[in-house]
Amino acid sequence: MPHDWLWETVRLLLYLVGLIGFAAFNAAYLSLLERKEPAWFQLRRGPTEAGPLGLLQPVADGIKLLGKQLLVQGGADVLLFKIAPVAVVIPSIMCLVLIPFSETMGARDISLGLLAVYSFAAINVLATMLGGWASHNKYSSIAAARVVAQNIAYEIPLLLVIIALVMVTHTFDLREIVAQQAGGFWNWNVLRFGASPLMPLAFLIYFICMLAEANRAPFDMVEAESELIAGAFTEYSGMGFGLFFIAEYVNVVVGSSIGAVLFLGGWHCPFGLLPGLHWFLIKLYLLCFAVIWVRWTFPRTQIYGLLNLSWKVLIPLALAHLIVTAVTVKLV
Amino acid sequence: MSAVSPQDAAQAAAALIFAGFAGLTVFGAIVAAVARRLVRCVCGLALSFMGLAGLYYFLHSPFLALMQVLIYVGAICVVIMFALMLAEPHEEQISRRRELLGGAAGLLLAGAFAVALILLVGRASWMPPAVQTNGGTVQDLGRALLNRYGFAFELISALLLLAIIGALVVARSGRRPKP
Repeated sequence: MPHDWLWETVRLLLYLVGLIGFAAFNAAYLSLLERKEPAWFQLRRGPTEAGPLGLLQPVADGIKLLGKQLLVQGGADVLLFKIAPVAVVIPSIMCLVLIPFSETMGARDISLGLLAVYSFAAINVLATMLGGWASHNKYSSIAAARVVAQNIAYEIPLLLVIIALVMVTHTFDLREIVAQQAGGFWNWNVLRFGASPLMPLAFLIYFICMLAEANRAPFDMVEAESELIAGAFTEYSGMGFGLFFIAEYVNVVVGSSIGAVLFLGGWHCPFGLLPGLHWFLIKLYLLCFAVIWVRWTFPRTQIYGLLNLSWKVLIPLALAHLIVTAVTVKLV
Repeated sequence: MSAVSPQDAAQAAAALIFAGFAGLTVFGAIVAAVARRLVRCVCGLALSFMGLAGLYYFLHSPFLALMQVLIYVGAICVVIMFALMLAEPHEEQISRRRELLGGAAGLLLAGAFAVALILLVGRASWMPPAVQTNGGTVQDLGRALLNRYGFAFELISALLLLAIIGALVVARSGRRPKP
C-alpha cells in the first residue's frame, strides 16, 4: 500500500529529527555534567554563572562556538579538513537510529542491528584520522597515527566479547537481545552465569573498550591536551571543533546504550516491574556518569600502557571468555 | 493514463537507488585513480567501498553490506592510511609527472577492455536468474560455511593464522639486540 510506505517514511524522518535533537541535547548537557561532576568530586561548584546552577552554560557555549570564525590554516587539505567533522558526526547519529529505546520506541529495527552499529562506528576512525591528517600539523598527525593504533587494538577485544555474547543470544537483533533478558536482574546477560562464568568480566572488558573506542580518558590519547595540545582537533575552530565534541559525546551515549542493551537488560526493570523507556534512560545515564567518573579518577595512560593493556591483558582475557563460552554453549 | 502504477513507481525508485550506488562506486574509483594526493586516493577508495556496500544492500544481502563497511572501510582503508602516514606523513603533492605516453596507453587499454567486456555481456547467453534458496540470513551463512564450504573455511583460517605468525616473525626479528 502506498500509504503505509508514506507513513513509514514520515515516521522515520520524525524519528531522525528527534534523534538529532537527542544527540545535541546529550552533547550539551553531558558537557555540563563533565564540568559539574569533577567539581563535586573536588569540592568546587563548577559553572554557576549562566542560569540557575549553571544550567544555561551549554547554551552560552553553543552560542560562543557558533559565533567564532571558521579558520582554515595554510597548508591544510581544505576539502578533507572540512569533510572530516561532518563525517565524524553522521555515523554516530546513524548508530542512534538503530538503538531500541523501549518496547515501542526505536527508529528502525533491523535484524543485524548489533553488526550495523559497529560497522557505522568504524567510519568514525577513518574520519577522525582524516581530520588529523588534513590539518597539516605535526601534533595532529601524531594524534591521527594514535587513533588508528588505539582503535585497532581495542576493536579486537570488543568484537571478541560481542562474538561470545552473540553465541549465547543466537541473534544480532538488539530488540530480541533485550527481550531475552526480561524478568529481573538475575536474567541480565551480565549475570548470565549459565552461559559463561566470566560474564561480569566480559562486561568490564566491554566498558574499558568502549572508553577507548570513544577516545575517553584515561584513553584520550587522540586529544591528550598536555602533550598534543588538542591532538586531531588542534587546528579546528568554532563549530568544526564543536562537531568533534558532539561526536565524542554521542559516541559515549551510543556505547552506553549498547552496553545497557547487551548486558543490563535494556528497558527491563531490575525486579521485573514496569518496564519502559525510563529504565533504559536510567541505565544509560548511570553508565554515562560512570564514564565521566572514570575520566576524573584515573590519569591519562601513556600510549604504550594503553597498547600493552589491550594486547597483553584484554585480548587474552577476551579469548579465554570466548573459549569458555563456546565450551559451555556446546555442553549445556 | 496519467496515473503511475505502484509497480512502476517502485521500479523507478529501485533503478534510481541502483544508479546512485553504482555512481558512487564509479566516482570513488575514479577519485582513487586520478587524485594527486595519496590520502585523497584512499578516501576515494573508501567511497567506492561504501557504494559497493550499498549495492550489496540493494541486492538483499545486508550481512555482506555491513561486513563490507566494517572490514573494507573500517579496517583496510584505515590500515592503508596508517601505512601512508608512517611512510610519508606530509608529502607535498607527490609530483607525479603525467607521462603522456603511459597515460594514453593506459586509457587505450582500459577502453579496449571495457569494449570487450560490453561485447561479451551483450553476446553471452544468460542463465535464468538464480532462485534464492534461502533468506541469506546469518544462520544460513554460518551453516553453509561450516557444512558445505567447511574445507575452504578451514583453509582460509589456516592462511590467516600463518599470516599472523609471519607478521610476528618479521616484526620480532628487528627487535633483537645487536650482538
